[in-house]
Amino acid sequence: MSTASAILRSVTPGGPSGIAASAREVTKAYGVGETRVTALNRVDVDIHRGQFTAIMGPSGSGKSTLMHCLAGLDTVSTGHIRIGDTEITDLNDKQLTQLRRDKIGFIFQAFNLLPTLNAIENITLPMDIAGRKADQAWLDQVVSTVGLADRLKHRPAQLSGGQQQRVAVARALASRPEIIFGDEPTGNLDSRSGAEVLDFLRRSVNELQQTIVMVTHDPNAASYADRVLFLADGRIVDEMHNPTADAVLDRMRRFDGKRTS
Amino acid sequence: MYRTALRNLLAHKGRLLMTALAIMLGTAFVAGSMVFSDTVDQATRNSYSTSFDDLSVMVSDPAASASGGFRGQRSSAELNEETVAKIAALPGVAKTRAVVGDFTGVADKQNKLIGPAWSARSANFVPDASGNDPRYPMVQGRGPRAAGEIALDRKTAESGGYRVGDTVRIAINGPAVNTQLTGIFTTTDPMVAGGGSLTLLDTASAQQQLLTPGQFSSIEVTAKPGISAQALREQVAPVVAYSKRFTVQTAEQLRTEQSTMIARRTHSLEQVLLAFAAISLFVGIFIIANTFTMLIAQRTKELALLRAIGAARAQVTKSVLAEAALIGLVSAAGGLLVGIGVGAGLQWGLKSVNRGMPTGSLVVSPGTAVTVLAVGVLVTMVSALLPAVRASRIAPVAAMSSGDQPTTPKGLRIRNSIGTVITVLGLGLIMLGVVSDHSKQQFIRPGAPLAAIGILILLPVLSRPAISLAGPALVRLFGTPGKLARLNAVRSPRRTAATAGAIAIGLTLVTAMTVIGTSVTDATTRSVNASVKADLAVAMSNGHGLAAQVPADIAKAPGVTSVSAVTSMNAKVNGNPHTVEGLDADTFDQLVKLSMTAGSADALKQGQALIDSGLATSEGLHTGSALKLTNPDGTETALTVGGVFENNQQLSPILLANSVITAHNPQPFIVRTLVKGTAGATRALKQAIADATGNNPVIVIRDKQGMADDYSSTVNAAMSLLYVMLGMSVLVAVLGVVNTMAMSVFERKREIGLLRALGLDRTGVRRMVRLESAVVSVFGAVVGMALGSYLAWAAVSTLSEQLPNISTVLPVGELLLFLVTAGAVGIVAGLWPARQAAGTDILHSINAS
Ligand SMILES: Nc1ncnc2c1ncn2[C@@H]1O[C@H](COP(=O)(O)OP(=O)(O)OP(=O)(O)O)[C@@H](O)[C@H]1O
Ligand SMILES: [Mg+2]
Repeated sequence: MSTASAILRSVTPGGPSGIAASAREVTKAYGVGETRVTALNRVDVDIHRGQFTAIMGPSGSGKSTLMHCLAGLDTVSTGHIRIGDTEITDLNDKQLTQLRRDKIGFIFQAFNLLPTLNAIENITLPMDIAGRKADQAWLDQVVSTVGLADRLKHRPAQLSGGQQQRVAVARALASRPEIIFGDEPTGNLDSRSGAEVLDFLRRSVNELQQTIVMVTHDPNAASYADRVLFLADGRIVDEMHNPTADAVLDRMRRFDGKRTS
Repeated sequence: MYRTALRNLLAHKGRLLMTALAIMLGTAFVAGSMVFSDTVDQATRNSYSTSFDDLSVMVSDPAASASGGFRGQRSSAELNEETVAKIAALPGVAKTRAVVGDFTGVADKQNKLIGPAWSARSANFVPDASGNDPRYPMVQGRGPRAAGEIALDRKTAESGGYRVGDTVRIAINGPAVNTQLTGIFTTTDPMVAGGGSLTLLDTASAQQQLLTPGQFSSIEVTAKPGISAQALREQVAPVVAYSKRFTVQTAEQLRTEQSTMIARRTHSLEQVLLAFAAISLFVGIFIIANTFTMLIAQRTKELALLRAIGAARAQVTKSVLAEAALIGLVSAAGGLLVGIGVGAGLQWGLKSVNRGMPTGSLVVSPGTAVTVLAVGVLVTMVSALLPAVRASRIAPVAAMSSGDQPTTPKGLRIRNSIGTVITVLGLGLIMLGVVSDHSKQQFIRPGAPLAAIGILILLPVLSRPAISLAGPALVRLFGTPGKLARLNAVRSPRRTAATAGAIAIGLTLVTAMTVIGTSVTDATTRSVNASVKADLAVAMSNGHGLAAQVPADIAKAPGVTSVSAVTSMNAKVNGNPHTVEGLDADTFDQLVKLSMTAGSADALKQGQALIDSGLATSEGLHTGSALKLTNPDGTETALTVGGVFENNQQLSPILLANSVITAHNPQPFIVRTLVKGTAGATRALKQAIADATGNNPVIVIRDKQGMADDYSSTVNAAMSLLYVMLGMSVLVAVLGVVNTMAMSVFERKREIGLLRALGLDRTGVRRMVRLESAVVSVFGAVVGMALGSYLAWAAVSTLSEQLPNISTVLPVGELLLFLVTAGAVGIVAGLWPARQAAGTDILHSINAS
């Protein structure tokens, strides 16, 4: 597996071409007084364009919070977030919504699709919302890439979990967002379906120069990424380029060791 | 289990709010109706409680009236001085009072009638030795002593702005006359307390103007001490046995009669109000059932867990029903309180319309409280029964499985089969009724509710195609929110159906009534135009007969070319009772248009009878048939049928020349006078007639439009009341829409969060919810309007006997208005749920698992 992903990654053309998203001095705290929890503590991070970035760390380390802040789903307490050239920390709800609609793709762990819409309608939903026409050639390419051509008229209830996640991936890709965020997109899948989905993500980076940020607990999933950021207690504590599953697992073990000590 | 019920209730109190409101509104309506009618009943009884206190026995002549509704023979036998003297001479009699009383209107200074025409009355002033009448104590001036003098009750004098010495115009059924006001009195007469006017005349003038000289309308007899009323009655009865028409009643009997009458009137009012309360409650059933279905769907796992750990099916059912009973009880208690307010409001509202309505403190009887609480609990439990049974069917294994359970197509299939059978049966019965010649009602009566119930059962299956029709328009107009709204509206057909069904009920009734009303108005207008040549019709506004001199007076007015009195009497034709109308033989063909199917209308001039085709069929008569007319005085006239005319709403089924009628009925009841003018129904002609009839404020002069309106005005007045009543049920239905939408939004939190994450802004989310709400409401409205029109069409067909030319007229403007209103109401009902939806926290709903 790690070999396969290493081969895939080796085709990545060139290096990072600019910054797709960045966090500067980002702090996020929940609650006040005694119940105050600092989920992110002065985080600085750059997400490189055309790269596949994985975020790892122990449970409660702030991975989801970081992703939500980067994606404009949550507000930061202090610090700044940029998506492309846009400073998003002082955008209002309407502008943030528009930003998500036009520049960001999402893949959630579960419940990614609207049950009333069929697969293709789910895929084009963000563009429909924006009132934009989908680029048919691109759409066909995305659909065939994720291998869903014969399932397009199916409702989510008629698709397997893996197929549903593939539809979600296709939706994230279809509108050509500047950046795609996934929070444990393979968390609910068995290893085979998970591998399928990760393959697509990897290929979309390789072939379509897509920028992807993915939160995961699975070292194997992280090995598909170009770069892994390690979070602990709301801080970025380490990073790893061209990771292998074993190296990531090793690094994660050290968190566990620290915790038990 | 009951503890679970209580806990559930408290946990879901927010979501139960609309349900509770719906029950509350329905029960408040019930409570309000009962409180209001009890209060009116009590108040009326109080105001009548002292009547008949000063007499033991009363002899009365119901026919003694110059203008009253007695269309029979005018009294040949009378109550007169001689009768009074004979009664006074009876051993048990302490005193007698001979009363002359009838209708008399009092005009204000603008020549408008004071008070309602039906309670404008007059009586004779009977002074004692001191010149006073203890029954009518004067507060100013003195009682009337001679012709041309009157006294008025204080309220009426105040309304008219009259003072003692003023000239006051009073009118009976002829020209109004000027009189001098000599006194103002007070009275406890309940009719006067109820807003009526009372005019006192001296006995001779009263007799002269209202009856005939020497005649009385009733004699009040007071017994000597120790003589019972019953015994006195037995003494009096033989004295007045010379006419069967006279009634002899004791005060007790009179009081019983009166209280029965009051009770009957308030009872029928209560019935009407309760019928509407029932409709509101019926609509409420849909909401309650819907709420419980949704709550149970949301609680599937919990209930399955209960079953898994050993709860029996019956226990699950009981716990749901217990929850329903609790909600019902609490809401009905609220409804009772609100209902008392409604009762007070109704009383206040009607009081402001009709000043004289008897009022009193609110009567909240224990019966009302018990009924309202019982109704609330029962209705809620009945509504929750089906969901409760369904809840008990949840398999314990559902606790382990995940996800939403899909709607069972099987359940819907059974439902659809039942619905189809009932609908076809109902529509078929209605069809049969419409095509059948007789017993139309016999088919339509059971058919209408069957069809309605069948369609309500079929609503889920109808919802998908019907709402899909609106799809393209919604997408084109509103984009993705429109599309999502449509998809959401059809995703749970049962829920949509229950919500739309509640609206459909109200609109079915409103539409049916509007269509019937429009059709009746249309038919009447056409019938008046087709059968009336006269330009104007002159009649008494209170339904009394015109004075004998009126037709002749009108004939003398400038600009009048022809005139005919329309007289009326209750007679028997070949032994069967019928109303017979008379027209002037010389002029009738210029005033009415008869379409003859046989014979000639001119036969009337030869003293022959004209009959309508209905009577011809039912009595087996044709031109040339002999016809035996039994006059009100018992004499018989042999007549020949001279012609048959088509059924005509404006005329009675048998027409005679006035001369034939007066032969046995010298002073016939004049229903109206038809007038043709040289230049049509001009303002000048109306004025000329008003002048010729002495500007009597009770006489109305109607043109053709007015004649048509007069016929349809009863329909229209009833309709506006019904609209208000049905508005209540529509209000309950709107609560149902709010309820369903709020619950749906709650259930779809994650979806909405996802949509928000994917870039649907708050406006879009709000629009989506409001549109769904509007789509469901409009769907309900369309179904209701279609069903209502169909039912109206059936009902109209049953009216063809009374209105032969009636046809169903769809009031397009009104129907469009209903449709637009339904959409607007849907949007308004969706406002709050839409705000809830737009406020959905994205992260919260994404993280919810
Ligand atoms: N809405 C919230 N209110 C209060 N505290 C929160 C909230 N969301 C997150 N936290 C806290 O912030 C910290 C970071 O949470 P976050 O969800 O980012 O962790 P994570 O790394 O994604 O964990 P996991 O791997 O379990 O998903 C945790 O301590 C969590 O308890
Ligand atoms: Mg997380």
